[in-house]
Amino acid sequence: MRQIILMSAAAALVLAGCSSTPETDSGYHDWPTPNTVVEGPVPGSADDFKSIGDRVYFDLNKYNIKTNGDATIKAQAAWLKKWPSVGVVVEGHADERGTVEYNLALGERRATSVKRALVANGVDGSRVEVVSYGKEHPEVNGHNEAAWSKNRRAVTTIR
Amino acid sequence: MKKLLNFLYALFILPVTAHCEMRIDVTQGHVAPTPIALTSFYGKSQGLASFGQQLTKVITSDLESSGLFKAIDPRAFIQDRDSLRQGPKFDSWRVLNAQLLMKGDVSRMADGRLRVEFRLYDVIREKQMEGLAFFTKEKNWRRIAHKISDAIYKRVTGEEGYFDTRIVYVAQTGPATKRIKRLAIMDQDGANHHYLSSGRNLVLTPRFSPAMHDITYLDFQKGQPKVYILRLATGQKYLLGKFPGMTFAPRFSPDGSNVVMSFAKNASTSLYNMNLVTKTVTRLTETIGQMIDTSPCYSPDGSKIAFNTDRSGPRSQIYVMSADGSNMQRISFGEGSYRTPVWSPRGDLIAFTKMYKGQFYIGVMKPNGEGERLIATGWLVEDPAWSPNGRIIMFTRGDRQGRSRIHTIDLTGRNERELKTPTDAAGASWSPLIP
Repeated sequence: MRQIILMSAAAALVLAGCSSTPETDSGYHDWPTPNTVVEGPVPGSADDFKSIGDRVYFDLNKYNIKTNGDATIKAQAAWLKKWPSVGVVVEGHADERGTVEYNLALGERRATSVKRALVANGVDGSRVEVVSYGKEHPEVNGHNEAAWSKNRRAVTTIR
Repeated sequence: MKKLLNFLYALFILPVTAHCEMRIDVTQGHVAPTPIALTSFYGKSQGLASFGQQLTKVITSDLESSGLFKAIDPRAFIQDRDSLRQGPKFDSWRVLNAQLLMKGDVSRMADGRLRVEFRLYDVIREKQMEGLAFFTKEKNWRRIAHKISDAIYKRVTGEEGYFDTRIVYVAQTGPATKRIKRLAIMDQDGANHHYLSSGRNLVLTPRFSPAMHDITYLDFQKGQPKVYILRLATGQKYLLGKFPGMTFAPRFSPDGSNVVMSFAKNASTSLYNMNLVTKTVTRLTETIGQMIDTSPCYSPDGSKIAFNTDRSGPRSQIYVMSADGSNMQRISFGEGSYRTPVWSPRGDLIAFTKMYKGQFYIGVMKPNGEGERLIATGWLVEDPAWSPNGRIIMFTRGDRQGRSRIHTIDLTGRNERELKTPTDAAGASWSPLIP
């Protein structure tokens, strides 16, 4: 957005220059013009964190981090060590096949598993909060195992 | 499992035995609804007469919803209202097979209040069974109708009624992934519905205090799930306790002086009690390792607490302990997992949610775990709550399309009905009878 504003400002000035300034004035050619496009999330931002993998999935009624979640946890820990001023909240979730209150407890277990794994990978525990949404915030709207396996998750978000 | 299903569908059909007096035995599995003639209340003016009609409409709906009464079509009535004022001609009601007859008058007092009088007759014995008069401001007229329904129900069944009561629940709108949940309150029949929260915060599990002044519930204020108390008169909410983590699953003690709840910390969920008078917080259960103790519920005498826990294995079971946390005993031993025990106000049964092989059930068992009976099943049924007289269980029923409604069902497993709510609904709590 900022780039676009600068560009339009520059363009406006160039146009203004054409209409009212003599050709002999060469000062305008010194205006900076963008020639590279900045893409991707801003380093250290929430989007940047998301791009490295912000969630791990769990088996039915389980809260241990599966081996295929290890890489995600390591990446999250490395990112957090690179950006030491950032705090995170781990949100634990359950699928819809349980009771409301039990699933709140289960979500807390899952979120805590992620917190413990991050701490084990060198992140200061005081930077990591946990919260559980139980079965109240599914990621995928569906009523079969395909949806449930996506909904049994812990999502780490920048605070 | 087949056995369990048999329980669900087995209805004991018993002959209606000849009583000296018209009486419905509500403890039996199946009773043919009793035919009752519910006449319109007499009113001198057109305005009062129309009030009278509204009263009868509400009473008819109340009594029929119980499944115990069948209102006779008023178009079949023989004795007209003017003549009925001078007393029933029982012959003309007997030919309609009416066993019960209700008549009444509505009039306006000098101070503007309504006076509503009703009489209930046993048509067979030609005797008055009940007669009461109520006085009220006009805007409370529905409560008068409910009180008359309660009086009729009580006189005929021998049990307290449950019609002059309110229900608090979680109203739900929007798609599953962006569900908006609001606390809502309404009369037992769905009238006088209004919302108690804006929907900005996720809210769950509202439970009435015994005096009905307060609701304790879970509120995700600022993303922090904690137990609150909402004062109905003022709309103000209070955070309960200073727990360094999430608290949930709250329920009042029967005298309203305590709230029992779950506190989750370090992957372990244990039970705590907060005394609302002294503000003392007491830990009730020790969770060694990573256990989940939740959904606690006091017995009606306040001496015990039932809850579900996975301390005996991954499938949670129902345990009962003394209110101080001692004498813990497992009471559920069937297949599957058992959750959300809720003590009947009569103390003789505990309702629960059961999960077994991908199916959900609502059931009841005695507080010692004996006599398990499953009364409802489905894709998702959970969160049982009792009517104040302990005859009816309300629960959440969800279907495979994600629709969720509150249903009521007789303790015996008969007469399941959907409670009318403006939107999807879940997690209801039933108030005591309004004094």
